[in-house]
Amino acid sequence: MINNNWRPGASLDVLRLSAALRTCVRDYMSEQNVLEVVTPALSVATTTDPNIHSYQVADQYLHTSPEFAMKRLLAAYATDIYQIATVFRDGESGRFHNAEFTLLEWYRVGMNHLALIEDVSALMQRVFTLFKKPWITPEFVRYTDAVSSVCEKPFGETSIIDIERVFSQRKRSYPSAIGDDLDAALDLLMDEFVVPEFSDDGVTYVLDYPASQAALARIATNHDQIPVAERFEMYWGKVELANGFHELSDATEQRTRFEKELSVRALRGEKQVRLDENLLSALANGLPDCAGVALGLDRLTLKLTGAEQIDDVLAFSGRRA
Amino acid sequence: MANYNTNEFKGGLKIMLDGDPHTIVENEFVKPGKGQAFTRTKVRNLKTGRTVERTFKSGESVEGADVMDTEMQYLYSDGDMWHFMDPKSYEQLAADKNAIGDCHLWLIEEAVCEVTLYNGQPIAVTPPNFVEMAIKQTDPGVRGDTATGGNKPAYMDTGAVVKVPLFIEEGEVIKIDTRTGEYVSRVKN
Repeated sequence: MINNNWRPGASLDVLRLSAALRTCVRDYMSEQNVLEVVTPALSVATTTDPNIHSYQVADQYLHTSPEFAMKRLLAAYATDIYQIATVFRDGESGRFHNAEFTLLEWYRVGMNHLALIEDVSALMQRVFTLFKKPWITPEFVRYTDAVSSVCEKPFGETSIIDIERVFSQRKRSYPSAIGDDLDAALDLLMDEFVVPEFSDDGVTYVLDYPASQAALARIATNHDQIPVAERFEMYWGKVELANGFHELSDATEQRTRFEKELSVRALRGEKQVRLDENLLSALANGLPDCAGVALGLDRLTLKLTGAEQIDDVLAFSGRRA
Repeated sequence: MANYNTNEFKGGLKIMLDGDPHTIVENEFVKPGKGQAFTRTKVRNLKTGRTVERTFKSGESVEGADVMDTEMQYLYSDGDMWHFMDPKSYEQLAADKNAIGDCHLWLIEEAVCEVTLYNGQPIAVTPPNFVEMAIKQTDPGVRGDTATGGNKPAYMDTGAVVKVPLFIEEGEVIKIDTRTGEYVSRVKN
């Protein structure tokens, strides 16, 4: 039977723009002397992050990001590298999500997350210029400050009860299933009340993530002496495009975080995964001081074309694949 | 009833929330940052017709609602209940005032309505999009006035009041859009 699902979701114009975007990225990286690398999509180990679900293929995992392998390259060669990688995340499907998507991931040796923000902006400005979008000076929002201003309380004193109160005062739905998961409640608060205020025309960087959301970033103290992650996210309008870290290089601390995440998985009744011993050995050997960022190229294409959904910028999204 | 995980949510799925059956109107997968994923939905309460926003933690499971829509023919009202018949099985069901809502204004005998059943009982009735009714009472028509766009109230047997053009006469049959309660046209015999 003939159906219409054989047709691509993206128009030829969108595919051309998407190709031009990759060329623009490669030109920028080449000028900056950042080396293009390729790392395996299949690995015996994967991320322990309880909110990211890996596909298992026989006794291996499809990578959810090329981060671990790229850090092993950094530990070995201490040079700037980038990769345009297809990555896979089970269960992520929706208007702005496709389980298989394209990440531009790059690492700059000797930079911290703040210097890397400048680098990200330089690339974005180039992209904006190429596609004739006026570049507006980026805005900065501090996660901890934003939460504190919505809840009208210092961040350190903000509890789940305060967050629930904000939702009920503003008559917004709050899922009781959040239970005592403060980070989930904080993320939902950001998404409901902070992100919607971001300017549509330019990029906004979110800084100072709570230390509990550090993932693979270092932890420092902010101006209020609160421990915060040296992590940032970049949004264009209300759409999250990139996540960057001043990379944690302490192997012992990294192992502790992995094991903590595995125990969260156990608590939630989720699959246990093999943690990446090769990465931990590389960190123990010595990761150069560096910052790294992953940027979703499909979403960037979506923003550049003004598309309504990710299906419109992919040749074949999950529902057509 | 089966339970549904948020990743099975889609428009039209019937689920139980706060003890009432609801239908999912819209749903969106949201995943802020590297954190917890959520499913943000718009759901319509099938008993009250009210639409509200509801956010779920992804992976939550929700009880399905035993709800189905079925076409039934309107028979009569005994004052308290409105009686309908399944034209295939001839099975009869009675809907109460809450289930009927404003629908009683548009019920004429033999009209085929959509009856929403919850646990086998009617909870909502949707009349046909268009009905034809005879006008019980209206002011005398103004002859020749077919263009000026003025209107006047016309009263129906069911209690419905419809604004009609000035040239329409008492006793005439008119076509009405039940979704808006507006006059559509005159029905020529």
